[in-house]
Amino acid sequence: MRMETRNITSPIGPHGSGSGSGDQPARQQLLSGVTLVNRYTIQDVIGIGGMGSVYRARDMHFPNVVKLVAVKEMINMAPDPLVRQTIVQNFEREANLLATLHHPSIPRIYDYFSHDDRSYLVLEFIQGRDLETVINEANGFLVEDQVISWGIQLCDVLEYLHAHKPDPIIFRDMKPSNVMINHNGDVVLVDFGIAKTFQTGIKGTMIGTEGYSPPEQYRGDATPLADVYALGATLHHALTRRDPRLEPPFTFAERPIRRINSNVSIEMEAVINTALNYNPGERFPNAAAMKEALMNVARKTGALSAMAISTLPAAVGSSIKPLWSFKCEDEIRGTPTLSQGVLYIGCYDNNLYALNAADGKFQWKYPTEGGIVSRPLVYENNVFFCSEDQRLHVVGARTGKLLWTYYTEGKIYSSPRISDGHIFIGSDDQDLHAVNVNSGRVVWKFTTDGPIHSTPLIANEMIYFGNETGSFYGLDFRGTMKWRFQAKRGMTSSPVLKGQTIYAASLDGTLYALDAKSGWAIWKFRLGKGTVSSPVLTDDLIFIGAADGFVYCVDGRTSKEVWRYKTDNQVSSSPAIYKDSLYIGSVDGFIYCLEYRTGRLRWKFETASAITGSPVIFDDIVYFGSTDHHVYALFA
Amino acid sequence: MADFFRKLFGSKEESTKPRPMDTATTAPLTDQQIQSIISSQAPKYEIKQLVASVGQSVGKQRDHNEDSLLALTNTISGTSESVPFGLYIVADGMGGHQFGEVASNAAIRIVGGNIMKKFHSFLYKLPTQALQESLQEVMESSIMEAHQYIQREAPGSGTTITAALALGQQVTIGHVGDSRAYAVYQDGRIEPLTRDHSLVKRLEELGHLSKDEVESFPHRNVLIRALGQGETLEADIFTVPFPQPGYLMICSDGLWGVVNEKDIVRILNEAPTLSRACQGMVEAANAAGGPDNISVILAQIIG
Repeated sequence: MRMETRNITSPIGPHGSGSGSGDQPARQQLLSGVTLVNRYTIQDVIGIGGMGSVYRARDMHFPNVVKLVAVKEMINMAPDPLVRQTIVQNFEREANLLATLHHPSIPRIYDYFSHDDRSYLVLEFIQGRDLETVINEANGFLVEDQVISWGIQLCDVLEYLHAHKPDPIIFRDMKPSNVMINHNGDVVLVDFGIAKTFQTGIKGTMIGTEGYSPPEQYRGDATPLADVYALGATLHHALTRRDPRLEPPFTFAERPIRRINSNVSIEMEAVINTALNYNPGERFPNAAAMKEALMNVARKTGALSAMAISTLPAAVGSSIKPLWSFKCEDEIRGTPTLSQGVLYIGCYDNNLYALNAADGKFQWKYPTEGGIVSRPLVYENNVFFCSEDQRLHVVGARTGKLLWTYYTEGKIYSSPRISDGHIFIGSDDQDLHAVNVNSGRVVWKFTTDGPIHSTPLIANEMIYFGNETGSFYGLDFRGTMKWRFQAKRGMTSSPVLKGQTIYAASLDGTLYALDAKSGWAIWKFRLGKGTVSSPVLTDDLIFIGAADGFVYCVDGRTSKEVWRYKTDNQVSSSPAIYKDSLYIGSVDGFIYCLEYRTGRLRWKFETASAITGSPVIFDDIVYFGSTDHHVYALFA
Repeated sequence: MADFFRKLFGSKEESTKPRPMDTATTAPLTDQQIQSIISSQAPKYEIKQLVASVGQSVGKQRDHNEDSLLALTNTISGTSESVPFGLYIVADGMGGHQFGEVASNAAIRIVGGNIMKKFHSFLYKLPTQALQESLQEVMESSIMEAHQYIQREAPGSGTTITAALALGQQVTIGHVGDSRAYAVYQDGRIEPLTRDHSLVKRLEELGHLSKDEVESFPHRNVLIRALGQGETLEADIFTVPFPQPGYLMICSDGLWGVVNEKDIVRILNEAPTLSRACQGMVEAANAAGGPDNISVILAQIIG
């Protein structure tokens, strides 16, 4: 990650030879191999600014994996002790503020510390290039759709910053070199003004980069509308390749975008012109309004539905190397569980495996007498899972030694759920079983009219689940039915809940939204074919796969389709959301990583056979099993 | 003063009468009942119940009423399976068109009647059975039926419609035009649930108008979507949690275009009952000139 602190009042020397070249010994760069606070080993210099360097470093607290971080250095050169103290305090205050921000386009902050004359910030390491480099290295103009998509993401992060309470955060320095484009092709804002706090009082307090800043910022006013203007300037630069720093200030109107790049749509030009109005009152009232305007352009140009067009093509197949893989004796059809650095997964060789999540090393396995598709559950240092041998097994998480089993009268495909001292499981004996978690004794059974494959949902002191004849039940904790809903075919899909609404899908090809209190269908969404995939929810969006090969994204309020993505075979796997990506397997053998807001493919990875289980993501690593007998771990 | 009232209520109105309460109507529950419900801090009603009230006025500058409203609160109490059910609709017939009141009246009757027909057996038969259609499907097909009826029977006219079907603790809203549904929370927050289908809103969304320009835009009443207008109609249909603790409010532009949100919240908070709140809002709109017909529905889940 390059985080520069270039400022109009403090020009910097050429890259790599500037401020560190020995004018003052105190400003010397750290050498690679140096370890800070016994934890961060410096690997390389990735940027230089007026107040110090930015380094790529490895976090040695994770000896088993290579965890990279960016370490941003600030050298405190103030001679007055009081000023020095103020600078350190300002730095720590700013670091604390940054730590409260959570947005996919803002790097995470991990740590900060000061020693001697230097203060350090430890941040998420962003792999990619900054937008200025992307503009300079492109052959010809950037594609409009791509710039629209980045523009929308930048409005989104500005909207987030401006909505910060109690005071809005004004970024103040929007420009291409402060916008990183990561390996997924998404934007990340870097340089959050820590350096600016350091520089106050050096030579006036003018902040912002000449050429990108609006007129009022030169009078010292930094408002959300200043960020809107600078974003307009950034997008203008990206579409025209004309660097505003080389032009007289506020002359964008003299360089109409379409006169330079006639491929740009009239609508896009109009949006940027609005953002660049000299008078703040004539710009968009806020970043949200500009985002909405860009979304409207995207709808018109088709950028929204065709976000797949990207200057940074999605990585596919062989370019991705798994972190590790582990081979079992037979197909893996289920979903793993991760707990305390151990990955648990069931297999059709009848074993439950425990693997070290960091390197895939075998820890132990526990044999049952049937295939295991049920997802294990770790609870109080024990692993709970079910098998086609009709039993619920409880084994020690560390040892793999059996504690007890519980028999049902049919095969079990459902995964156990634990709540309030009870385990709930559905079985092919058509009963939902409530079992005491300590004694292993049945508390009650609820008899339905078909085998139960779906995993029960426990919420609001209710138990919700479907069965293979298409009945869907709401039970209270005593096992009394409160309501029942009937789909046309089986409900294998496991329900999820948001607020007062339950979402579950059926083999009849419908995704249902049901009222949790009454079981009323609030809406129905038609999938191309039936499904056994279970929905997941994020924001107001619902994601699910179906046998027609599509992954669907549906608006939970309106039941309108937001996007769909086609794989080459049935999707039985359930999606998993991590950060701003969706991960899902397909019977075509691929695991897919899609941008969850747009459905744009980020990468896919091929295994030798169908993937029916669901991925699990933890700490930027995706874990999943395939019917090619392997368990895989990939970088998310 | 006498002139003032004569103008307001027509020549038949006696100027000596005590100050009248506009033409507000009330819900089946009496004020006293509602007051005791609202003032009781401890939830005495274990079973959630819906209460509602309405207010309507022709305003001060129109000679007839083109707004229609329907408010139906169904309480079946006694079994734990019974859920609150309410249907609340405001329709504002289009002023310039010849059949404005026909359109708005047809809209509430057809949409209301259709929805009640579907729910009749669920509410008033034993054993109850669930509907085949989803709530959103029922809402959408009812609005489409009203749309087609108005096109056929009152050509050239149009109406807005904002219909809320409250079932359990969620509310499914069907919306066309610039009447509005709001969630008003007890802490004073007020959020529009609907988006106006009006030219001014569209221009604002496109960034062509700033907040100040919106206020003074000359064509504030131009709709871009209305029931009865256009070959195809796309209603906004969505489901949201019923605002709790708070109120669901549905009103025509005769209220929201004249009384600002802050005053609406203030009137609501100061009124001892829902029906007084409705009256207060109608009075406020008339006090501000009453340029248009005024309709308002307030609904609340108690317990």
